[in-house]
Amino acid sequence: MRNSLLRNSAAALLFAAVIAPAIAETPEEKGFAIAARADRTDRGFTDSRVEMKMVLRNAAGQESNRTLALNTLEIPDEQVGDKTLIVFESPADIDGTALLSHAKILDADDQWLYLPALKRIKRISSVNKSGPFVGSEFAFEDFTALELNKYTYKYLREEPCGDMTCDVVERKPRYEHSGYTRQVAWTDQRDFQVRKVDFYDRRGDLLKTLEQKDYRQYNDKFWRAHLLAMTNHKTKKSTDLVFGEFAFKTGLRDRDFVKNTLKRTR
Amino acid sequence: MRPIKLLAQAFRLPPLCPLLGEREGPAKREGEGIFQLRRSSPHPALSPRRGETRLVFSSLWWVVLIAAFLAGPAVAGEVRVSGFAASELRWFPQSPQFQGQFSGAEPSLLLSPEIRYRSKDRDTSAVFIPFLRLSGRDDTRTHADIREAYVATRKGDWDLLVGLNKVFWGVAESRHLVNIINQTDAIEDIDEEDKLGQPMINLGVQKDWGRVDLYVLPGFRERLFPRSEGRLRAGLIVDDDLARFESGAGNKHVDFAARYSHYIGDWDLGVSVFHGLSREARLLPNATGTALAPRYDKITQLGVDVQYTLDAWLWKFEGIVREGHGDSFAAMVGGVEYTFYQVADSDADIGVLSEIHLDGRDETRAPPTPFDHDLFLGARLALNDVDDTQALAGAVIDAEDGTLSFFLEAERRIGDSWKIEAEARLLGNVDDKNVLAPFKRDSFFNFRLSRFF
Repeated sequence: MRNSLLRNSAAALLFAAVIAPAIAETPEEKGFAIAARADRTDRGFTDSRVEMKMVLRNAAGQESNRTLALNTLEIPDEQVGDKTLIVFESPADIDGTALLSHAKILDADDQWLYLPALKRIKRISSVNKSGPFVGSEFAFEDFTALELNKYTYKYLREEPCGDMTCDVVERKPRYEHSGYTRQVAWTDQRDFQVRKVDFYDRRGDLLKTLEQKDYRQYNDKFWRAHLLAMTNHKTKKSTDLVFGEFAFKTGLRDRDFVKNTLKRTR
Repeated sequence: MRPIKLLAQAFRLPPLCPLLGEREGPAKREGEGIFQLRRSSPHPALSPRRGETRLVFSSLWWVVLIAAFLAGPAVAGEVRVSGFAASELRWFPQSPQFQGQFSGAEPSLLLSPEIRYRSKDRDTSAVFIPFLRLSGRDDTRTHADIREAYVATRKGDWDLLVGLNKVFWGVAESRHLVNIINQTDAIEDIDEEDKLGQPMINLGVQKDWGRVDLYVLPGFRERLFPRSEGRLRAGLIVDDDLARFESGAGNKHVDFAARYSHYIGDWDLGVSVFHGLSREARLLPNATGTALAPRYDKITQLGVDVQYTLDAWLWKFEGIVREGHGDSFAAMVGGVEYTFYQVADSDADIGVLSEIHLDGRDETRAPPTPFDHDLFLGARLALNDVDDTQALAGAVIDAEDGTLSFFLEAERRIGDSWKIEAEARLLGNVDDKNVLAPFKRDSFFNFRLSRFF
């Protein structure tokens, strides 16, 4: 009697722990849930401003620097992307050059480029997702395709990452013109932040690895990596993005992300 | 109005514009401008330009005054100095067509610092950008200008800018048809991309339904023309002293402009209107037939510019209707740009461009244009490398007489603060009746090395 109860309980426990989730949650669902949890830790940041330095290194180790400012406006609707404004300060010849993006989920993003020498605002094609961003190892899509619904997900495994444990999830771009067939992202189980991403090119080969380091928390809620290191395994070139202090809820509004504001960034 | 007038008297400021109710004081004599860099010449046709530079610097006083007012409560802010210095070599391989023109190469030095102030709340800014070219060969091209000197502030959806500024309207690449606010600095280059600073009061409002800009443009800037020794001029020299304006106020005429611009999905749209003195001059021989007199007509121009962005295609159209040079006429430039991204698995992009020009003006009564019936074909290359290497090449072909004008512009950065640029402008198969006929021996190459700071 006791034995059978024990056996039944054990069976029930086993069912609850292993089989039920397996029925309720496919690897795709689990992958999406992990990505969504990471995405939602960021919900409510409203807007942010940050200055950053971009360090480009070629295979021989020669460095070239850029400084830029990034303003972001959160669009709470997950079916619409955020708005970003990037303004270059150096090299000096591109001082004041600015790029405004209105991210979409599956449609082409809206992008405008401002050329300060001519004081000209140009609407540009956003097909160029996989092209290098200002000569760096970051592609345009590495900046703009951070929206949850731009990918389909699949849970792969769990493994240690540093002193934490990470969920390893594969994601495939749903949007057109991506340079990647798939990406594999490591998200930690403590703070739910993405620590590392492998990018696979159109042939399916490992192309680049992004490491996101130096996470700091703002307002007791929002995590931001302050070092993004992208390494290209084929060219042996690398680019570091080193972020300064982030400022949140700075009062940026929709009006600060319309094309005419490009002329008033400095 | 009155306090401003009083202030002006108290500080002995020159009038901002006739708008403020000031009458023009006793005219200063030629060459009295603060920045009069053009050397005088014994030949009357070569005398320095009339009070135009003075006008620009008068407006400057107002900018300084307004800046002082605004800076009062908002001194905390950031001042940045940047800009560039460059040396340039322009080389004409062919001997000149007209007597007095130089031949061979012309070295120049250029300087254009930029001083920018921005208040801590980022709502108010002030900008000062002078420009100077010293030519070692051709006094024609030695000139200075204030490209920008303004104070701008914003509150809510509204913004206001007072001072000298440069405004660009339009979408096309080979002709900037609707772009009319600024006078072209025609002695810098013949591509009409260099502009003189225009005194203006610009009030703008941004709403969900688009943006509206209103411009009051006091102080007309005359076009600068090459003189005796300069290349890229007509046989007769243009004498600025003979300039005539279809307005009682002469070059103090106040022009007005307005523009509505917006974007809806993949469409970017602009509609503009301008009323004032034409930036283009008709050049009429004087009584003795020894010089050309610029004649600036009063015009009204309606303009439309549209771009449709679809995948890698950009569809562009600019159209104007202009009244004031004889019969009203219409003109358009329209075409496409298609970009092949990451060509052959490299990082490079190649764009191909084609644009059509049509212009219905009567060239006996309107300023002539080389773009009356032409086809533009071009290609753009961007290597997307660390040095931002890029090039643009193209040709404009006159569909009626076959005159061909070809250009190539290429540039790349060297290190973090240097840039090298090369430019070629070549004319071929020039028909003797084409507007470009006086330039037919003026194909040139230009090399520029710039240091940015």
